[in-house]
Amino acid sequence: MSPTSVPSDVTALRDRVRRLRPFAGFLARRVLIAVLLAWGITLVTFVLTNMVPGDPVAANLGQRALGDETIVAQWRAEHGLDKSPPEQYLMHLQALLHGDLGMSQQSHRPVGDDLAEFVPATLELAGVAIVVSLVLGVAFGMIAALRRDRPADHALRMLSLIGISVPTFWLALLAFYVFFYRLQLTPGSGRVDPGLGAPESVTGLHTVDAALAGQWDVFASALGHLILPALVLSLYTIALLTRFTRSAVLEVLGQDHVRAGRAKGLPRRVILRSYVLRSALVPIITVAGLAFGSLLSGTVLVEAIFAWPGIGQYAYKSATTLDLPAIMGVGLVVGIVYLVINLIVDVLYGVIDPRVRLR
Amino acid sequence: MTFTITELRVTIRGTEILRGVDLDVQKGQVHGVAGESGSGKTMTGLAVLGLLPHGAVASGRVELAGRDLLGLPDKDLGRVRGNEIAMVFQDPATSLHPMLSVGRQLTEHMRSHLGLSRAEARERAAELLAKVRIPGPAEALTRYPHQFSGGMRQRIAIAVALACDPQVLIADEPTTALDVTVQAGILRLLRGLCDELGLAIMLITHDLGVMSAIADEVSVMRSGAVVESGPRDTVLRAPSHPYTRSLLEALP
Repeated sequence: MSPTSVPSDVTALRDRVRRLRPFAGFLARRVLIAVLLAWGITLVTFVLTNMVPGDPVAANLGQRALGDETIVAQWRAEHGLDKSPPEQYLMHLQALLHGDLGMSQQSHRPVGDDLAEFVPATLELAGVAIVVSLVLGVAFGMIAALRRDRPADHALRMLSLIGISVPTFWLALLAFYVFFYRLQLTPGSGRVDPGLGAPESVTGLHTVDAALAGQWDVFASALGHLILPALVLSLYTIALLTRFTRSAVLEVLGQDHVRAGRAKGLPRRVILRSYVLRSALVPIITVAGLAFGSLLSGTVLVEAIFAWPGIGQYAYKSATTLDLPAIMGVGLVVGIVYLVINLIVDVLYGVIDPRVRLR
Repeated sequence: MTFTITELRVTIRGTEILRGVDLDVQKGQVHGVAGESGSGKTMTGLAVLGLLPHGAVASGRVELAGRDLLGLPDKDLGRVRGNEIAMVFQDPATSLHPMLSVGRQLTEHMRSHLGLSRAEARERAAELLAKVRIPGPAEALTRYPHQFSGGMRQRIAIAVALACDPQVLIADEPTTALDVTVQAGILRLLRGLCDELGLAIMLITHDLGVMSAIADEVSVMRSGAVVESGPRDTVLRAPSHPYTRSLLEALP
């Protein structure tokens, strides 16, 4: 190594630290905002749930107990209902901080336990769906933009139009009928074959847990069960991302800095990767973050059709039986998922665009 | 070394945009190309580098050191771009990539064209920034375009263009997007680089004031052809073509 390279390594390291310092501040601000929003979500779910007409005493005590005032008073005191609403909210918050979300009236289990069982199933499904959507949507969009007005572009635009227009529940039924019932290419409903049984829960994601336990037959079964619902779920977001990526890339291709990059004699793949895709990523990430929301609402239908034991099914059952603690729990979880997605999107903006993190 | 454009024609979907442009830029000279917008000045610059918009077809000859650039396959032209012929664009706010650091934009083509290591390229990049008078060049490498003023950005864009020691620099309206106060500085810099490095500069501008300040030779373009060409003083003081006269009369 030449003697000059040593000080330059030190300089490079110092540069890196200097560049990271404002980024740490940016990150800290975003996380702080997210924490404040999480607190806001607890307030909103609490207020909304308490605004629902209905007497929790009447819902929980029997006819004879209701007639006895001392029992009613004791029950109210036990559950903190004799306190003022702000005090009740503080108690609720305190319980939340201890991970106590109350008891589900439907399953007679702590809501926290229910959620711990159902949320990972949905996250596994939605996570695979969003990854598939991003990979395929961005790739298709790039291809369509670079082959503008040629057959590949026309075909992809047609397909994305179909993908956006087709209702998810219809597609789910059709896919289930064709691939499971007719062609028998994919396994049926649920998360794993009934004969195998779920792997020991570490993350709650069956594929990951099975891989961790080295149960490769379970892994294959879990993956097989995941493919069809995940594809059905992702079709809409693939189509959406294809359209947005295409228009974003076309816009960037016409920008001056791309022409300047070509005038520098950079290879085409470098221009596409670090000039075109990098600029196009900002609108793509925005759309992907929003699409994740539509993906979560899509899980309610897809889970129902594929008998996927996720939060969509749980939310549906809790809503139809007016299981308030469960509804509150689901609201909290969905709110926090949105929050985390927004935080990720915000941080990614900062990672991609220095104008966001260095003002 | 001479850089010669002969009978350059460009057609886009049946419409002839350039109808036989002839230009001759000598080493160590600034050759100004004047004309109103739409006269084909920028198109000439882009045609030289093979950067014409989609659907445009060029014919004629663009000769650099005995080779015809128009006949080169895109792969070989890639080695000419930025390496032998570099370009500076009108607006540095858009021609520099907003998300890539100055150091990255200064070194990436040096590394691919000249085969320099990262450290060597950064060292040279700092020297280039010093040459275009960016204060604190080593520190400036870690910064991003939006952290510089317009005039500084154009100096950086010039440094980017000079990175691989090109023989020819095409400057397309390099001062048009800048404040009047920084225009003179950029022009002095270009003139100095031309004399110091023996660059051949093709300066595209609609501003005859800019032209008279630094050009050695002047060509006047109109509707895709050069109508008058010659030494600056001859063309600007005693124009022979009526169009040149009307351009001069239009000066405030």
